[in-house]
Amino acid sequence: MLNYVKLAVLGVIFLVAALGANWGRDLAYQVHALIIMAVSAGLFVWVLRNTDEPGVKVDESGYMDGVVRAGVIATGFWGVVGFLVGVVIAFQLAFPVLNFEWAQPFANFGRLRPLHTSAVIFAFGGNALIMSSFYIVQRTSGARLFGGNLAWFVFWGYQLFIVLAATGYLLGATQSKEYAEPEWYVDIWLTIVWVAFLLVFLGTIFMRKEKHIYVANWFLLSFIVTVAMLHIVNNLSIPVSIWGSKSVQVFAGVQDAMTQWWYGHNAVGFFLTAGFLGMMYYYVPKQAGRPVYSYKLSIIHFWALTFLYIWAGPHHLHYTALPEWASTLGMVFSIILWMPSWGGMINGLMTLQGAWDKLRTDPIIRMMVISLAFYGMSTFEGPMMSIKAVNSLSHYTDWTIGHVHSGALGWNGMITFAALYFLTPKLWGRAQMYSVSAINLHFWLATIGIVLYAASMWVTGIMEGLMWREVDAQGFLVNSFADTVSAKFPMYVVRGLGGVLYLTGSIIMVWNMWMTIRGGAKVHAPVGVPAE
Amino acid sequence: METYSFMRELADSWVLLLMTLFFLGTIVWAFRPGSRGVHDDAGSIPFRNESIAQDSKGRAESPADAKTSERVK
Repeated sequence: MLNYVKLAVLGVIFLVAALGANWGRDLAYQVHALIIMAVSAGLFVWVLRNTDEPGVKVDESGYMDGVVRAGVIATGFWGVVGFLVGVVIAFQLAFPVLNFEWAQPFANFGRLRPLHTSAVIFAFGGNALIMSSFYIVQRTSGARLFGGNLAWFVFWGYQLFIVLAATGYLLGATQSKEYAEPEWYVDIWLTIVWVAFLLVFLGTIFMRKEKHIYVANWFLLSFIVTVAMLHIVNNLSIPVSIWGSKSVQVFAGVQDAMTQWWYGHNAVGFFLTAGFLGMMYYYVPKQAGRPVYSYKLSIIHFWALTFLYIWAGPHHLHYTALPEWASTLGMVFSIILWMPSWGGMINGLMTLQGAWDKLRTDPIIRMMVISLAFYGMSTFEGPMMSIKAVNSLSHYTDWTIGHVHSGALGWNGMITFAALYFLTPKLWGRAQMYSVSAINLHFWLATIGIVLYAASMWVTGIMEGLMWREVDAQGFLVNSFADTVSAKFPMYVVRGLGGVLYLTGSIIMVWNMWMTIRGGAKVHAPVGVPAE
Repeated sequence: METYSFMRELADSWVLLLMTLFFLGTIVWAFRPGSRGVHDDAGSIPFRNESIAQDSKGRAESPADAKTSERVK
């Protein structure tokens, strides 16, 4: 019976999407309508073929890992896509001729850049977070995922969101809010998917057999709840037409800017930090084979992070129309935030106490340690850059980009790679990854890539900031903007090369995952033979 | 009183006080006497439940059993 309802709903969606494809006021909207048409038609056929058929009995006695497996594959796939686009735009900045004339306006830097940021943060990072949430909440609750196929809806719904967002950027649909570029209907769809995600996660926690909710789940839950709140408030907008992608923000002027950076910084705080800390608090103890160093510290880490992060947004708006007190507030809270961040880093690193030898033998542990080291590095750099005096030099320069990437490539990327290497053999029932030496190679390629990236951006950023503020004896600016652009060229090439190394490492990882999934462990390389 | 002024005044007086007290309370609560056992138990959660357990306490039988039942499909 339910299937007939589904068929009717899918039919209506198809019809509305067809109308949208015809009446759409802009290209992005029309293409999105066609995508929705194709998806609903495919689902219609799929539901129809399963209607009135004897249902396949799903074994519900174990954990629900199918959706986690799909998430592992999606994370690897989107990672490579996101890094590839990143390398392309890095070279577009160094060699503007790569903004090919024949590909205008779709493949110019301005449209590819949000594609890159969203692909790595939301597609790669988001899939890593969703699949890790599903894996961790089951293992730490001793319960199967709540809601049956709702978890699959979350997975596929999220992939649809990614495709709509990515194609939208290329075709020119954007509301011009950093990290929140998708237009109104894509935002609404993400809200629906996110509520389903929250239901699956909370439902599983309610069904738990453990008395205590493990700290990783606290972080993951705060990530899900806060992102929902941030997403809804920052995307309050009114569409110009229901048949077009353009919308107008409800907030205006400095209020809109403040809302945007309240969102933007907490996307960093709760998506890229709290969520990934949830992963850290599970995978690091698991891989090290030891419980977290101090559970008390992890509780304080959680509450301090939640209480402090939410105020730090105004540091993105120093010396703007934002009132002075608000920007000082943002700066003060950013600096206080340094302490809990380092508390968390120390907690993660000290978990290895008594197992430091694994650093030599286990490349996955090594990835986790470098990831925590970069977490510590960028949570020191961030508070420092939020100080007004430093910000007056660093803001609008490449230093900011370097800071973001040492956090994203170092902390988020490395912990995700470690998670993928941890999960792939477990989920497909293999003893270990296909090639352990390939993990080692990936580790070094990624680490050297990040170092090249961060170092070149420090140099170019500080140089740029100093050139902008340089005045001669009469008080005239010495350098034009174009002077800084040409002075940055060598560093831009080095940054691009760093990106190539990082991308190469991730391709090796995907190959390794592919071989592990396909064929079991053929290479039984002993994990690190101690030197005689 | 204007809504903005009221909210602003509320936020930097009572709400600020309550949030600060709550935050300090979480730290005191984490360090309360007798919490060590609870925390040690909670810290070892990742090492249980390798598979959905049978017994009422929700603990996996033994690590060895868990290893084999981990291979789903």
